[in-house]
Amino acid sequence: MATTTMSEFRVDPVSGLKINRTANTLVKVNAFAAIVFLLVGGLFGIGVALTRMPGVQLLKPELFYMFLTAHGIVALMVWIIFFEMAVLYFLGAHLLGNRLATPRLAWTQFWLMIIGAAITAVAILQGNSSVMMTSYVPLQAAPHFYLGLILFAVGALIGCFVFLGTLVVAKEEKTYTGSLPLVVFGGVTATVIAIFTIASGALILIPTFLWSLGLISQIDPMMYRVIWWAFGHSSQQINVVTHISIWYLIASLVFGAKPMSEKVSRGAFLLYILFLQLGSVHHLLADPGLSSAWKIFNTSYMLYLAVLASMIHGLTVPGSIEVAQRKKGLDTGLFTWLRKAPWGNPVFSGMFMSLIGFGFIGGITGVVMSVEQINMIIHNTMYLPGHFHGTVVSGTTMAFMAVTYYLIPVVFQRKIALGAIAKLQPYVFSIGGAIFAISLMGAGTLGVQRRHADISFAGQPLAYEYPEIAKGLMSFGEIGGIVMALGATMFIIVVLASIFTGERIAEDAKPWPKVEDADVVFEKTGKKHVGTGGFEAPGTFVLAMVLFVTLVLYYFINFKYLSSVWSMS
Amino acid sequence: MGTSYTPPTNPDWWREPIERTELLWIVISFAWCLFMFGWMIAWHWIGNQNMNNEAYKTTVEVYTKKVDDQLAKYTVRKDEASGDDVVAPPPGSDVYLLGMQWQWRPILELKKGQTYRLHLSSKDVVHGFSLQPENINFQAYPGYEQVINITPNKSGTFSIACGEYCGGVDAMGHHTMLGRIYVKE
Amino acid sequence: MSEPTTSSEKRHVMQLVLDDNMLMLFLAITVPTVFYTLWGIMEVITIPMAK
Repeated sequence: MATTTMSEFRVDPVSGLKINRTANTLVKVNAFAAIVFLLVGGLFGIGVALTRMPGVQLLKPELFYMFLTAHGIVALMVWIIFFEMAVLYFLGAHLLGNRLATPRLAWTQFWLMIIGAAITAVAILQGNSSVMMTSYVPLQAAPHFYLGLILFAVGALIGCFVFLGTLVVAKEEKTYTGSLPLVVFGGVTATVIAIFTIASGALILIPTFLWSLGLISQIDPMMYRVIWWAFGHSSQQINVVTHISIWYLIASLVFGAKPMSEKVSRGAFLLYILFLQLGSVHHLLADPGLSSAWKIFNTSYMLYLAVLASMIHGLTVPGSIEVAQRKKGLDTGLFTWLRKAPWGNPVFSGMFMSLIGFGFIGGITGVVMSVEQINMIIHNTMYLPGHFHGTVVSGTTMAFMAVTYYLIPVVFQRKIALGAIAKLQPYVFSIGGAIFAISLMGAGTLGVQRRHADISFAGQPLAYEYPEIAKGLMSFGEIGGIVMALGATMFIIVVLASIFTGERIAEDAKPWPKVEDADVVFEKTGKKHVGTGGFEAPGTFVLAMVLFVTLVLYYFINFKYLSSVWSMS
Repeated sequence: MGTSYTPPTNPDWWREPIERTELLWIVISFAWCLFMFGWMIAWHWIGNQNMNNEAYKTTVEVYTKKVDDQLAKYTVRKDEASGDDVVAPPPGSDVYLLGMQWQWRPILELKKGQTYRLHLSSKDVVHGFSLQPENINFQAYPGYEQVINITPNKSGTFSIACGEYCGGVDAMGHHTMLGRIYVKE
Repeated sequence: MSEPTTSSEKRHVMQLVLDDNMLMLFLAITVPTVFYTLWGIMEVITIPMAK
């Protein structure tokens, strides 16, 4: 049966990877579903943005709350988790030249997630489930709102186990030797965090579903929030781990870079496994009756060790690029390697914008706002949406878009269509995202509350008027939101045009030129060292120190501001 | 040689030495992490803005009675803007504030520089106490009562918005939920 | 069970730990369950009744 075994795999002319056809189909369907949901989530997002703009206020409050619920669930959960499923299957099967364990279960994953998302979407659009993504009890949604989420989560859980099973297959069938590739280890990190996340979600959403049916009389609202956030926050940590893995992947794909140190990068992932999920407490810092010991231990991810891990990845990814570039001959000055990077290649530019956006916008603000005391002047203000669009949009979504430009030729076997738009897209999306995030954080610092359909408190006898500058920041920020939506639209157009009309890449096409391994090039030069002063990546170190100084300054500015408000003890 | 998407080329990768750029960055970052951890603890002593996390389980009936008793005892006037009761409890006393769909009651009148034991709870769903323009934010739950010792350091009119989505229709809802605190010299 | 190379005996223990996916899964579940979830639930349970 040699022919059957042969046709199970193809050797991809673009990447040189040995690709299993079934696994490839599953990567395709999950990625495609993800992109459709990105479109849906984005459309709801535009409605939200146009309502928050003082002076436009497109939607009436009731509709606004429905849109905001839909936007949160579709954009924050459905789009991202579908894409993560595609990434996991790609890591476990494609990168290891492996087949997918139990494709049938993988299809179950896909359909459960589709059905779950559809059921929840119907519940939201029926109008009786405008409870926001967080659905804090005792605010109650329709039973099928929770049921859809549960089915979606079960689907994702199955996907996680398919991935772990796929790694077992790879090991048994010896499709690789030694340790897993770093990127796949990142996938393991994301998966094990995801399993805790989904288990927590089940622990709270199943009782809540029963409560909505009247089978349970009440759910303690504080208990709900403690357990819900083990799900809600950790799900965002899955994103962080996944997009960081994608950074590493792209650094190697584009530059032929290797990790500066396997030990350091994997050690940093281990710190994530151990401590990242403790950050769930960030949402409970202003809650009654939870001790400061519990809050401080968890909010700092035990001694800030998960922050340390992020700072490490933030240096090692660009560091590995710098080393590779220097080895390839760009070993002059501090930033020649960066200036001469392929800024017109959206795989790289998207990845680098994600790195900068996540580090400077999402990362710094995340560290500062999660300080137990600083939280009091930030909790539940517009700062929150500002911050997490810095992480999830500028960081995760941008990285997912960047890797999609690579996946289209490899997985969909099509050339990128509309290359000129693709080239520009990461910049439009990132700049829009940055304006949005920074402006909303500014408005939040000035007190604007999140999830308000009307920030003017129109018609209320006790109305409060936010400072003019806060309203200006809201308008400006939401313009950034529209730019961001434009960037997302460009992405969706490029993707759809490519996979439906892009030039086909035949299976037996001539192999695409491979990116040269930086070390191989370097060996030919006969040189021994790169960099200056014993530093292989001095430029990256300088950039990292810029981030460091920004973080330190921003940290103390916030304490200065905190010390000026009413005393509390 | 090697990439991030292929197995490590050195089978004994843990024993590879760490390059100087990385090592120095790890040292600097870790030192800062330890500092932040220590500073957050230290602020409980050196800072004036902390939560004491004092809290009690309660019921809507018990808490509403406390609010009503306070209204009976300390109501000083009707508010000019809304016509609601304004209470002025003596400095140092317990002050009870109740969040409900969709207002904060009662309106409080406090004295600058005096400390009060502010109690927060909710009558129905989860709300957020958000004092403007100070921008101080706390969570308020039904069934739980949180106590914060507050000392206003400025006089003037302060608004309380709601920080936690608490439902709503077109005419009223989360976005119309307000309360007020007057701070006198 | 024989490993492909005999030198794997001398692998650093941390390398063996990081290569063990099931151990990673165990850690990712137990650490936050103990420090965040269980400790957090205890905090909520031990809140006293109002007088």
